[in-house]
Amino acid sequence: MKPKETAEHYILSSSPHAHANSSVSRIMLDVILALLPATAAGIWFFGLPAVWTIAVCVSTCVATEALCRLAMGRDSTIGDLSAVLTGLLLALNLPAGIPLWMAVVGSVFAIGVAKQVFGGIGMNPFNPALAARAFMLISFTGPMTTWLKPFWWKTPAAMTTATPLAAMKKLYVAECAAGATPTPDALSSLPGVSDLLLGCMPGCIGEVSAVALAIGAAYLLWRKVITWHIPVAFIATVYVYSLVAGGAPAYMQVLAGGVMIGAFFMATDYVTSPITAKGKLIFGFGCGLLCMLIRQFGSYPEGCSFAILIMNSITPLINRWTQPKPFGAAVR
Amino acid sequence: MKTVKSQFKFSGGVHPDYNKELARDRQIEKMPVPPELVISMSQHLGAPAKCLVKPGDFVRRGQVIGEKNGFISVLVRASADGKVKAVEKRIGPAGGKADAVILDTTARPEAPAEGESGASALAPAGGPVLPPLDWKSATREELLKRVEEAGICGMGGAGFPTAVKLNPPPGKRCEYLVLNGAECEPYLTADYRVMLERAPRIRLGVEIMRKILGGPAVRIAIEANKPEAIAAMEAAFADIEGNVEIVVLPVLYPQGSEKHQIYATVKRIVPEPPALPIDVGCVVENVGTVAAIADAVELGEPLLERVTTVSGDAVAEPKNILAPSGTKYSDLVAFCGGEKMPPAKVISGGTMMGFAVSTLEIGTTKTTSGLLLLSKDRVFQYSSHACINCGRCLRACPMGLNPALISKAVDANDVKAAEDAHVMDCIECGACSFGCPAYRTITQSCRRAKNSIRARIAAEKAKAAAAAQKK
Repeated sequence: MKPKETAEHYILSSSPHAHANSSVSRIMLDVILALLPATAAGIWFFGLPAVWTIAVCVSTCVATEALCRLAMGRDSTIGDLSAVLTGLLLALNLPAGIPLWMAVVGSVFAIGVAKQVFGGIGMNPFNPALAARAFMLISFTGPMTTWLKPFWWKTPAAMTTATPLAAMKKLYVAECAAGATPTPDALSSLPGVSDLLLGCMPGCIGEVSAVALAIGAAYLLWRKVITWHIPVAFIATVYVYSLVAGGAPAYMQVLAGGVMIGAFFMATDYVTSPITAKGKLIFGFGCGLLCMLIRQFGSYPEGCSFAILIMNSITPLINRWTQPKPFGAAVR
Repeated sequence: MKTVKSQFKFSGGVHPDYNKELARDRQIEKMPVPPELVISMSQHLGAPAKCLVKPGDFVRRGQVIGEKNGFISVLVRASADGKVKAVEKRIGPAGGKADAVILDTTARPEAPAEGESGASALAPAGGPVLPPLDWKSATREELLKRVEEAGICGMGGAGFPTAVKLNPPPGKRCEYLVLNGAECEPYLTADYRVMLERAPRIRLGVEIMRKILGGPAVRIAIEANKPEAIAAMEAAFADIEGNVEIVVLPVLYPQGSEKHQIYATVKRIVPEPPALPIDVGCVVENVGTVAAIADAVELGEPLLERVTTVSGDAVAEPKNILAPSGTKYSDLVAFCGGEKMPPAKVISGGTMMGFAVSTLEIGTTKTTSGLLLLSKDRVFQYSSHACINCGRCLRACPMGLNPALISKAVDANDVKAAEDAHVMDCIECGACSFGCPAYRTITQSCRRAKNSIRARIAAEKAKAAAAAQKK
């Protein structure tokens, strides 16, 4: 509510009368800026289709947000940039070659169904971009699992391929089930460490380049937009799990697939993750554990987005478990 | 005596712009008695004083015009000679209305007619209001009585009656006397100037308080951004005997909060309300209050005037003013050369916990530490929107609460949920609202919840009392 002005025109409002000058739009802008390196990497590796997917997702999300607010007779919220961010995040979680009309459907779902139906920013139980990605994965399974090779225009004969995670699953779970080690020949089909770090591998537009994502993550931590709790718990769980479970090398589980973008940019979504530090650690641990369980035992090669969505659903419960203790309660 | 760095940092807190440079280097200036004073009978939290004068009465400087009305109450004295123009409801510094004595300080009684007794006439001014006491030979009870008679209450903010604080209930003992010189509120420099200019008075006040409290250890808490004040205290207390330490606190709002100061100095934690500092063996007093105690005992001078910082970008010349209690804000501003530009907001106190007021026709009280006039550029005005669960309020809350949860509960009119979230622990420091990117008025929500919980408890008590009476 706006403070009212009095007869002498002094503004009356409740204390405090000072503000840190933070704003929701500045936070959203920070996350968008942090995603730019990963966006650039995606465009570098996958070319024009990536550009089009990003453009379509962002513009559709913003348009859907505006239309929904108009239809509901509420103030426009496109100025807070959250719809731009949702569009960008959705695009970065799609394969570059996806038909654009599907990107449109996904974006409308993200904003219209996953966000505005619940009342808009702050009210959605699930991360809108991830909810839309899950919706698209089920609705358009084929196109959502068709992956362009990096620099696909250089190999016109075979433009698409399996993701490293799918290849790994085939290699370690199906072919080497009896404890056999993969042949060097088979291993050479997987990307090397430098390709994993830089992102020269098939995958979603924004998830491939670990280095670009790490630069963005460092920016978010420096700006204090996110805290370390969720990403560290998430990635450490994935790493330790894969060390214990065996199979593909642990660094591959972390770098190939959606763990990096998921841990730093999707699981840290304020609205759908716990508010306390302890809750964030539990949340990150749960994301990592579910992600690895799906990768090892599920029928999908990748479980990152489902893991985060499932953890989104128990966020209210985690919040209830981890209420902070008042300063004076410690001595009771 | 030694100086130590505080080793105990509370969790939470924020860093507002302090803006203290506006008035920091301005020496305390004594202001002449203005032609009209507005002396409120409600000088502090707790019961207002009972007014003892009526319109037409002549009063003397120091005369009791309002008497104690309950346990948590202090008496009110006239801060100048004059004639009572009116006793009426006036807006106070906190925005609420309370009885106030309007004093015409220019009026003098006519000479008594021939044959009439001069009982109502004013005795010539001058001389101490109360007989000076020798604190070394005076008993503890005499000293306590003096603090009460002098009408001294905490000058930092809430204005808790000092005599009550200095007289712990049976079974409780004061082990530490903590002097609050943190002054963490933005803009305010009154305590800072008192520490610089009245250091010997503070030292004397400490010695008197030590005697009243049975010789506790003393901790003088000052934020690290006031090196001159630390040096002044070091000089004043250099040769003091006993366990006295100056504790340099990290610069962090709300370091001046009683509970956080106790934690920072002696690492004790005051339990949840209704526990008080004395429950952990501590008494915290503002440095200005300590100087007032010295004046009351040694000079016989009750608390009739105090230092108020008048600052803000809309004031021509920010100053630290020693003004009689009841001086109108308009007179304070005039003493500072008037307004540089039209103020958009006028605040009693600092920007974090002060009260926005609607008029300058308000008299100062014993707790008026500051008056701020802020131009439009310094006033933020935004519409609040939905909470995005970012957790900044939770990390900022020095009381370890979940302000986001409380504010959502209050939005949903669910006071019970706010109570379960320990809203009664809230000290209303404003750190949550300060950092909220959605501009939510979280502190205000906490206040609302606390008020309705207090009202409910009072109603329950009244009901229980009525039921008991029926039996």
